[in-house]
Amino acid sequence: MALNSPPPDDALRTRRFAVITALALLFFAVLTVRLWYLQVISVNRYQLLAQKNRTRYVPIAAPRGEIYDRKGRLLVGNRPAFTVAVSRQDVVDKEQLLSRLATYLHCDKQQLEQIWQKHRYYPRYRPIPLKRDIDRDTVDVLTEHSIELPGMLIEVQPVRSYPYHEAAAHLFGHIGAITEEELQLPRYSDYHAGEYIGKSGLEKHLEQYLKGVAGEKLLEVDVKGQELRQLQIREPLPGRNVILTIDRDLQLCTEHAFGDQAGAAVVIDVNNGDILAMVSRPAFDPELFAVGISNDNWRKLMNNPDHPLQARAVSGQYPPGSTYKMVTALAALDAGVITPHTSVNCTGRLPVGNRDFRCWKKTGHGPTTLRKALRESCDVWFYQVALNLGIERMSAMARQLGLGRSYALPLDNVRAGLIPDKQWKRRRYNRPWYKGETAIAAIGQGYVLATPLQLAVMMSTIANGGTLFKPQLVRQISDANGNIIKQYPAQVIHGSTLNRRHLVKVKQGLEDVVNNPRGTGKACALKTIKVAGKTGTAQVIRLKDDPADGSKPDKEKIAYRHRDHALFVAYAPADKPQIALAVIVEHGQHGGSAAAPIAKKIFQQYFGLGQARTITNHNGE
Amino acid sequence: MFDRRLLANFDWLLLALILTTAALGILNLYSSTSAWDNISTPIYTKQMYWLGIGIIIAISLTLFNYRQLEHMALPIYAACILLLAAVLLFGQTNMGATRWINLGLFNLQPSEIMKVVIIITLAAYFSRHETPGGYTFTDLIIPGLLLLVPVALIIKQPDLGTAMLLMFIGITMLLFAGIQRPTLIALGILAAGAAGGGWFLLHDYQKNRIRTFLNPESDPLGSGYHIIQSKIAVGSGGFWGRGFMHGTQSQLSFLPERHTDFVFSVFAEEWGFVGCVLLLTLYAAIILWGIHIARKADSSFGMYLAIGLTSMLFWHIIVNLGMVIGLLPVVGVPLPLFSYGGTCMVTTMIAVGLLFNISMRRFMF
Repeated sequence: MALNSPPPDDALRTRRFAVITALALLFFAVLTVRLWYLQVISVNRYQLLAQKNRTRYVPIAAPRGEIYDRKGRLLVGNRPAFTVAVSRQDVVDKEQLLSRLATYLHCDKQQLEQIWQKHRYYPRYRPIPLKRDIDRDTVDVLTEHSIELPGMLIEVQPVRSYPYHEAAAHLFGHIGAITEEELQLPRYSDYHAGEYIGKSGLEKHLEQYLKGVAGEKLLEVDVKGQELRQLQIREPLPGRNVILTIDRDLQLCTEHAFGDQAGAAVVIDVNNGDILAMVSRPAFDPELFAVGISNDNWRKLMNNPDHPLQARAVSGQYPPGSTYKMVTALAALDAGVITPHTSVNCTGRLPVGNRDFRCWKKTGHGPTTLRKALRESCDVWFYQVALNLGIERMSAMARQLGLGRSYALPLDNVRAGLIPDKQWKRRRYNRPWYKGETAIAAIGQGYVLATPLQLAVMMSTIANGGTLFKPQLVRQISDANGNIIKQYPAQVIHGSTLNRRHLVKVKQGLEDVVNNPRGTGKACALKTIKVAGKTGTAQVIRLKDDPADGSKPDKEKIAYRHRDHALFVAYAPADKPQIALAVIVEHGQHGGSAAAPIAKKIFQQYFGLGQARTITNHNGE
Repeated sequence: MFDRRLLANFDWLLLALILTTAALGILNLYSSTSAWDNISTPIYTKQMYWLGIGIIIAISLTLFNYRQLEHMALPIYAACILLLAAVLLFGQTNMGATRWINLGLFNLQPSEIMKVVIIITLAAYFSRHETPGGYTFTDLIIPGLLLLVPVALIIKQPDLGTAMLLMFIGITMLLFAGIQRPTLIALGILAAGAAGGGWFLLHDYQKNRIRTFLNPESDPLGSGYHIIQSKIAVGSGGFWGRGFMHGTQSQLSFLPERHTDFVFSVFAEEWGFVGCVLLLTLYAAIILWGIHIARKADSSFGMYLAIGLTSMLFWHIIVNLGMVIGLLPVVGVPLPLFSYGGTCMVTTMIAVGLLFNISMRRFMF
């Protein structure tokens, strides 16, 4: 027998074989139980997961609703744009792809790398957009070289377009990619990362109408996200169209009339409150934001000292200056403090308490009645009348004419202005009201503040005889087929309570302002249509009341930023008013010389007096 | 030296089990790689070549008496240790691991050879040092060293899967040889301590695999991807399966490594629970038959050798399936006769050949 012949088959060995066999079977039994659990008990869950794995919902972007003017002319639309994207699953050599793309797109590779990094949490099948809105030529170049750019995709998507660029920019506002914080908000619960939403203006406030419903494709894909076949498709639903009260031609004309001056203008239909034009200058081009604004452009906008992003027409609050004098006059007539014939002798100044209040005309206007006071904008007349009237009755009239309240418009930062009274001052400063403050308020200085929109509303209320209409910007909302979804009829806030005879007297004064040779607003006079208006100057900083040598300060030498704002408010035709407007030119100094000519151009455009010159100019430039 | 009786005693049952399983494996490879471009030779065809080569190896391993291996055990072992050391010095590095020696014609993977060599070596040792009462601690120093030296060299490569398998095989043989109860308890405590300490010696990717195993959903697109997709494939197969060539997970390429380590998930998706039980039965039959061969071996060496070889097949099957169905962490262990790959096929068929050899000679006295 060999040395290593099998040992006797003892009981111990038998037991060991039994144990090892049992253990082996136990392991197989565990595997079987686990397979039973996965394949029989949890089968539904895993089949669902497998289904999700192999199918993808790919969103199809819906075009945003379009914005039209009151006559159905397109103001904001969409155009097809080409986007260069990368499908990460198909990228062979990332570095090479990015450096080649950087060459073709004429941009920095670093920049593309950054965009890639920013989107790295996208689902893997979802392409990363690297550069939006590339031009046709670049598309051709890229298509030609697509073989050496594995992973590159060119997608066509609708992109917002603003054919008039800066015109009415503050009305439309801008759009931008939804941010992570916004995605957390409940009202954006059905949005996805990468989608564009309205960020300001109408784009933001009418987002619920303008946004379309994205369509989707159900695709069967392989692990690389490559489309194998299309299982289902749901077409995208474009957003609702918005029809504004704005008149395109009037808007463009007004924009153009400002030239490169800063300021704002609002034109209102006096018979229903429709805003026909609303301009804030300087403006920005919303199209810069349509595909994501570059850091450079953003910095330029933010650092511009003229704040082009500010919608001055509704959020700029200015002292109304002399354009406030109608308020004082109407309040005094209503209160019976004066009659149209009450005369005040203007000597160029009026002492109130221990201080002298000056008239703008140092030599004084002499004996002055209401009509002359309005026509020549005599300050002393208003000081005197206001002292008898008191601030409470003056401010009540201001509110009745539409000042001091905020109007619900689908815009950002619609300001309420400020119409002061004793209670307000007590609350705000815990001080009593002083007489001098009443005098200064009578000429629209001091605490009084109004937005250009409010001044236009005030003028419209005076023009139509005292009815305060809610100013409206949106006329109706309709779906893509033209069916009306929502309409915005004219809304009367309150009917007229003004005394018709008093109003006639004030209106006479306003007509004189423009049409009398001594009027301050002659620059707005038209040959065939009678305009009524009022000039105003709003102090930016207070100059020394009385220079020691008695000389006038040299206005040309005053730094631009310290110059007064020029205002002009008006309506026309004087006998049967149709539109009212307010124009403010920042640092324009004199309402009569800086603001009235702009108003004149607006009236000419509206009444068809000039040629359509401004529009050809706009397009030609 | 060829004896006619050997042919009469040839283990036809084992051959039938092996060929049936291998055939199923090739069929499954055909399905799992059908979506690939057929530019070069298809994977399943290559696997057939490897099966052919494997059978030739298995048959040729029956041509001599396995008992001759007992005397050659030590030199073979020493040579293999040298090869493992050589790998660390001159080996080819591929994906961060140094496992291969380039021999021009093919790449030699000494750690694979070591699996069989350690079995031969330990079988030789145990058959010569049998103690009826079981081994004590001091008795285990030599076999322990025989096992731990190659394990350490393989961990260094690093190839945790193979090192772990080597440990499993060694421990199985050790336990089968018998250890005294107090020694067994002491070793158990020692092993638990070593497992705790070993965590700090693991590479980051190895730690990640274990973390991922404990919570695969924490990184569904990264290291958890394999386990998640594999479980989806297996689970969605259901009771009857999706049908041959109809698994969406495998046909649409969601399964990674679906022709190598994760080949079973393709099978499970397409053949369902029924198919899985059939396959497990085949594997269990092979293992039980291996134990039977050990039981009937004509020598103590043959018994230990058969136990070692069977445990090698057993642990490959258990670790691979456990990994694919989410019971064990992802370690790169192929499924014998199912996973594509020449190395695995050759190692498996060496084991099968030696089992044939032992089985054939059980009646020879």
